[in-house]
Amino acid sequence: MATVPLPRSLVMLFPAPPPRHVEIVSTSLGQLFDELEARWPGMRDRLCEAGPHIREHINVFIDGERERDLATPLSPRSVVHVIPAVAGG
Amino acid sequence: MSQRVEILVGTRKGAFILESDATRRDWRLRGPFCQNWPTHDFVRATDGTLFAAGGNIWYGPSVWRSADNGETWTQSSAGLTYGDDEDKVTTIWKLTPTDGALYAGVEPAGLFRSSDGGQTWSHVAGLREHPSRPEWQPGNGGLCLHSIVTHPTDPNRLWVGISAVGTFETTDGGKTWATRNKGVRADFVPGPPPEFGQCVHKLRLHPDKPEWLYQQNHCGVYRSDDGGREWTDLSAGLPSEFGFPLVIHPHDPKTIYVIPHSGPEAGRQMIDGKAAVWRSRDRGDTWQRLDAGLPQSGAYLTVLREAMAVDSLNQPGVYFGTSTGQVFGSADEGEHWRLLADFLPDIWSVEAAVVDA
Repeated sequence: MATVPLPRSLVMLFPAPPPRHVEIVSTSLGQLFDELEARWPGMRDRLCEAGPHIREHINVFIDGERERDLATPLSPRSVVHVIPAVAGG
Repeated sequence: MSQRVEILVGTRKGAFILESDATRRDWRLRGPFCQNWPTHDFVRATDGTLFAAGGNIWYGPSVWRSADNGETWTQSSAGLTYGDDEDKVTTIWKLTPTDGALYAGVEPAGLFRSSDGGQTWSHVAGLREHPSRPEWQPGNGGLCLHSIVTHPTDPNRLWVGISAVGTFETTDGGKTWATRNKGVRADFVPGPPPEFGQCVHKLRLHPDKPEWLYQQNHCGVYRSDDGGREWTDLSAGLPSEFGFPLVIHPHDPKTIYVIPHSGPEAGRQMIDGKAAVWRSRDRGDTWQRLDAGLPQSGAYLTVLREAMAVDSLNQPGVYFGTSTGQVFGSADEGEHWRLLADFLPDIWSVEAAVVDA
């Protein structure tokens, strides 16, 4: 079961905000986003865009390694950080 | 029943509401709403629902919805896509509620329609199937569809304005579209005016005269008497043909307001630092400068295309917001002005609503 810390700016977009840490059973990054979408409809659109691709300014780290490929496999003990890119203004 | 007047303000960092009683003397500010998202448009539908739209650099485009006067919000962009192998929708510029639908104009230019109050969206694909589409080029503000004009009685008839592309009309509910730019100059390209490529900045129609269209363009102010088939230049009498917004008096289709700015290569701001709104009561044949109460020195303000509005009271109020965070308002059709709010983020849109208190 992957552990997924979610950014505050993301969870605040939902009227019943998800917890900041969620546990998801999935074998790939794409499936993890599908599971997030099933629990909180609309969340995948915030993280992914047409392609489908991870949005340009969303960074995803799996066990500390930055990944962009939705086919990237996950292990049962993966920690998946979803982090908005640093930007100013 | 008493009435409340609202000025709905969309900014680079969220949406705000200025509200007053019908005297429009004292204003109270609420917000920011929508998690400080960049907000290109903020409107209240006739059923009272608030809608705001824009795009966030991290989380993409979305439409926000509140059915409880801004207390709680939901957001959705379900269906707001051209498809996996097509251009990505980056932001939403315009929301237009109608009786049976909500329309959204987006960047890169395209039109979407929702029939469930903004929860899901369908692409009005006919517009991007127009043969001119491969040649659409973005203007300084992007390739944005910023004006959506609905016909008051014919739901199949619609006009849109796209920066640096021009005006289009559909008479079949969006299946097919025709260019509507004849008589509109495009001084930034050589040769005679093209069929498309004109830089419309704001397109408006008055519901009492649905064949009368007005537009503020990069190259002048124009009116049409025939639904956009032919346009007449109204710029004579104005200090500049360049500006962004245009609004129509709610009870008099002959009365229009514009805010002339220094030219496209001269700052795009109030001319000589003196703020003024210009009004015509005869469909643009003659113009009057309105500046009582507006700053007349050092006011290098810019008013963007969506940032002017009129309310619908018997003596309508006129309002505009600046890209430096001021909201100015007049409760007497533009004769006298006051600063209603200051220090807001960059204002991108101003809409007015009159609601039962």
